[in-house]
Amino acid sequence: MSSATGATERRIVGWRPATVREVIRQTPSATTLILDVPAWRGHRAGQHADIRLTAEDGYRAQRSYSIASAPEDGYPAITVERLDDGEVSPYLVDEARRGDEMEIRGPVGGWFVWDARDGGPLMLVAGGSGVVPLRSMLRHRALAGSDAQARLLLSARAPGNVIYRDELAGADTTITYTRAAPGGWTGYARRVDRDMLAAVGFPPAERPRIYICGPTAFVEGVAAEVVALGHHTDRIRTERFGATGG
Amino acid sequence: MDETDLRLDGNAVAGLLAEVFALEMTTAVVRCAGCGHDDPVGAATVYANAPGVVLRCRGCAGVLMRFAEIRDRVVVDMRGAARLELRATG
Amino acid sequence: MSPITRGFRRRQEEPPEGNRLPPGQYLTRDFPVLSAGPTPDIPLDEWELSVTGAVDAPRRWSWDELQALPKEQPTVDIHCVTSWSKLDTGWEGVSVDTLLDGLDVFGAYVVVRSYGGYTTNLPLEDMTDGKAWIAYGYDGAPLEPEHGGPARLLVPHLYFWKSAKWVTELEIVETDEPGFWETLGYHDYGDPWREQRYWGD
Repeated sequence: MSSATGATERRIVGWRPATVREVIRQTPSATTLILDVPAWRGHRAGQHADIRLTAEDGYRAQRSYSIASAPEDGYPAITVERLDDGEVSPYLVDEARRGDEMEIRGPVGGWFVWDARDGGPLMLVAGGSGVVPLRSMLRHRALAGSDAQARLLLSARAPGNVIYRDELAGADTTITYTRAAPGGWTGYARRVDRDMLAAVGFPPAERPRIYICGPTAFVEGVAAEVVALGHHTDRIRTERFGATGG
Repeated sequence: MDETDLRLDGNAVAGLLAEVFALEMTTAVVRCAGCGHDDPVGAATVYANAPGVVLRCRGCAGVLMRFAEIRDRVVVDMRGAARLELRATG
Repeated sequence: MSPITRGFRRRQEEPPEGNRLPPGQYLTRDFPVLSAGPTPDIPLDEWELSVTGAVDAPRRWSWDELQALPKEQPTVDIHCVTSWSKLDTGWEGVSVDTLLDGLDVFGAYVVVRSYGGYTTNLPLEDMTDGKAWIAYGYDGAPLEPEHGGPARLLVPHLYFWKSAKWVTELEIVETDEPGFWETLGYHDYGDPWREQRYWGD
């Protein structure tokens, strides 16, 4: 961001202390941690932060997590999903308590971001915990009073895995369950495919801004289908969560 | 583990890049020295499950940049990037 | 000084009896996959291994020719520079001694090249006298592509980045030529027992 004089501002990003302010259990496998970071200067919807934990013997582990809060919230919150074989995620999901200390680097990310002034329509496609940065975008959209249209397509294994379910519920959110649907479910119960994207998304003629986030295979499959539907690659932004580390 | 799971994108290393270049780098457009393909760094392919981080061209899979955190230093090899185009505003 | 995160610790197996772990290493029971790039897909009828460079005559083996060479089943401990170690791993392959048997060599170093472009380097004497294999079997089954199949180099006395996956060429050279990780700051030799992780260690 330029200062008033037009000179460029280079902010050196480095590790800073972060303290857990609040722990919110979202699902049996996901927790949101609201963090206190002194002199936090805000973030943009879609950005993420690197989190580093240091054990008593000096061992360090670091992971990246999308920021779940909106810029208007004024604080960083991360939502972590537990990977069963993980080293960091089980700690953050099940162990972390108010007052616990870690380090944060960020916010980072200038490509997979959406600002309300960018406008819409906004077409958001999430695989599992890929919903986190998209939730930040939707929350920002609401708090900024944006009139951009937005539609979210969320792929989840089962109802217990849907993070922010109540918050995201509404006509513009479509969920598809890939493993177990709730009893009496009349909605989608299969992997995201071209027909679903065509039915749920905006047509290419409306030039939606498309954000796709989730595991690599999910993101790459959806991106290919979105291109096949006629959307231009310049309108598509992707963020892959690896299975590396957890 | 599927090979696909090891493949990330430039977003995954935004923090490391910001620390090295003191700028947000995922919007920088990098040109492959091998095949001339241009991409935002955020879209480039990243392999981060290794002794270092490797950023590869989506066009030809050639190495664009490589990073290793060696003790208190970061070593950056950029011979695979013919040029970077970025906005100087942070 | 980083703040300590209460209650956080490294996930690791109980260390084994005796002195089998080099300094700074931790035991793992899974087999982590580390990679600098995509897994190459090499059909076996196109695969070949060659010994080239400062030798009297280059040699080349097709997959079938490699399979016909005398096999060994070494059981070795392996140590990755990223700190995990795996003990008693079982492999099947051809000793590098077999490949070099009768060959006149005029260089003291080797550049190891892989499908996909990866390279590493080591002294020739670290590949001979029973210290190295071209391995195509792991744990009783064909070596999986993510672990280096169809065949990888196996040099267990050095950090495992020297055991190049998807190996295709051993080039004998007169002067040492640092490879992919070595040119990025990793140690030129890489002895885990002297903890030679980085250049200058």
